Amino acid sequence: MGKRVLLIEDEPNILEAISFILSRDGWTVHTHEDGETAMQKVVGFPPDMIILDVMLPGRSGFDILRDLRGTDTTKDIPVMMLTARGQEKDRELALRLGANHFMTKPFSNAEVRDNVRNLMEA
Amino acid sequence: MPVKRLTGSRIREKRLDQGLRQAAVAEAVGISPSYLNLIEHNRRRIGGKLLTNLARVLGVDPTMLTEGADSDLLDQMRSAAAALGGEAEIARTDEIAARYPGWSALIVAQARRIAALDEHILALTDRIAHDPQLANSLHEVISAVTSIRSSASILVTQEQLDADWQRRFHQNIHKDSLRLADSSEALIAYLEAPEATVEVAQSPFEQLENALALRDYFLAPLEEEPSDIAALAQELGLSGPAAQLFDVYAAQYQKDAAMLPLQAFTDACRATDYDPSQLARQFNADFPSVLRRLSSLPTGEGHPRMGLATCDVSGALTFIKPVPGFTYSRTNGACPLWPIFSALSRPTQPIRAEVSLPDASQTRFLCYAMAIPVGAHQFDVAPVLQSTMLVVADPAEGAGFAIPVGGSCRICPRSDCTSRREPAIIGVSAAPGL
Repeated sequence: MGKRVLLIEDEPNILEAISFILSRDGWTVHTHEDGETAMQKVVGFPPDMIILDVMLPGRSGFDILRDLRGTDTTKDIPVMMLTARGQEKDRELALRLGANHFMTKPFSNAEVRDNVRNLMEA
Repeated sequence: MPVKRLTGSRIREKRLDQGLRQAAVAEAVGISPSYLNLIEHNRRRIGGKLLTNLARVLGVDPTMLTEGADSDLLDQMRSAAAALGGEAEIARTDEIAARYPGWSALIVAQARRIAALDEHILALTDRIAHDPQLANSLHEVISAVTSIRSSASILVTQEQLDADWQRRFHQNIHKDSLRLADSSEALIAYLEAPEATVEVAQSPFEQLENALALRDYFLAPLEEEPSDIAALAQELGLSGPAAQLFDVYAAQYQKDAAMLPLQAFTDACRATDYDPSQLARQFNADFPSVLRRLSSLPTGEGHPRMGLATCDVSGALTFIKPVPGFTYSRTNGACPLWPIFSALSRPTQPIRAEVSLPDASQTRFLCYAMAIPVGAHQFDVAPVLQSTMLVVADPAEGAGFAIPVGGSCRICPRSDCTSRREPAIIGVSAAPGL
């Protein structure tokens, strides 16, 4: 079984497309759509890596990232942030809060796959 | 709207320019010094032979006294030069305004327009950055585009894709394309809708102040309760944020009017020579209410000319009722020496101070100010202060020390000011405050 990626994103069609690509690339992909319960999902399904959208219902991706980095069991999990807002300040905030990578929508499938590979190999 | 400087003020300006004593000039034209004093403070009309004689004694053409460039216009031209930079001949502003009054007014009008448009651009930029509706619309569009791009790419690049997956991604693309069409339309409708807002060249503060200026800051409907504030706002042509500001202004106006009824307050003003301290005691009213009430006394009834300003604790001016000669500038910042700001460091302490401006006649104004906490008191939360300042024109002759103040640093010629925060554009070499 491949390494486990948790994809936290509220757009079902984006979830489906990314899940398909990463599954074909050998990853075991779990998905979650809600910001409020995202931390519970992470703790219940400790992944090897997290892809985290910024704008989520319930809680923002930045808040979840802050919690991830503040929790012993999750603080070292690589996190790649996704956002539709390509503003520099969002990128800076994500990196300051401890994100390992930041991708701006719309992105290509190859970019997602390559960045996931790079982060897992790092 | 600039107010024309009056003939009496010009006579005083010219006399002081030449270092002539009031008594000497009065004697030269055959009138008493006290009568000349009344003329100089615009309390007596002047014309005909007396004007000609005064002009002769002062060595100027009579038209210079009746039609010379008004100092408000000069201040605004200097402000325009300060705001727009460049290499304007600041030292010759007076001459340009006198020779080309039409062009000068145009410069001022254009500078105001540019300032208003700058403010509007800032508002739009802020809106783009922080407007949740716009952010959601853009998020919808970009999410749909991302989904279509990913799904389409899978269909194109995955050669071994079974029929079920193909059908699924085709359906996703179809759904997202419909969603993209809807969200794009919504976004365009949203961006095109507020055309009226784009045409507005004034900030909500300015819209409110201009509407109040048309009524001379006296609102008869608010003197009696109940009054329909929304209808009055509409009558004044205010809407949106300006109408919201008016709601707050009108509520305060009504409270002040109830505490200080017009007729009784007017009588008391005359009896106390407009002394805010005595008025506050007599009506058991708070000092800032008295200052506001004084500034809204109806014009044309012989009251002194009075302006008003309020600011918050950041120093931002939140309300301005101008008085001729005392220049306020939102764009260039105010003079930090104004009593309205020193009041912030002494909350609840009423302040009375004379100030003098750096113009040729060192025009004096009497200022009353007080800062008070506004809003509810809360434990462990610093009070929110608001400072109010009344500016009275033409204080009595021979009063004591006057604080030398300016309009804003960029157009202030004072070279010895330790409070200067930026260089002036009018050739001030020393700048100890910087």
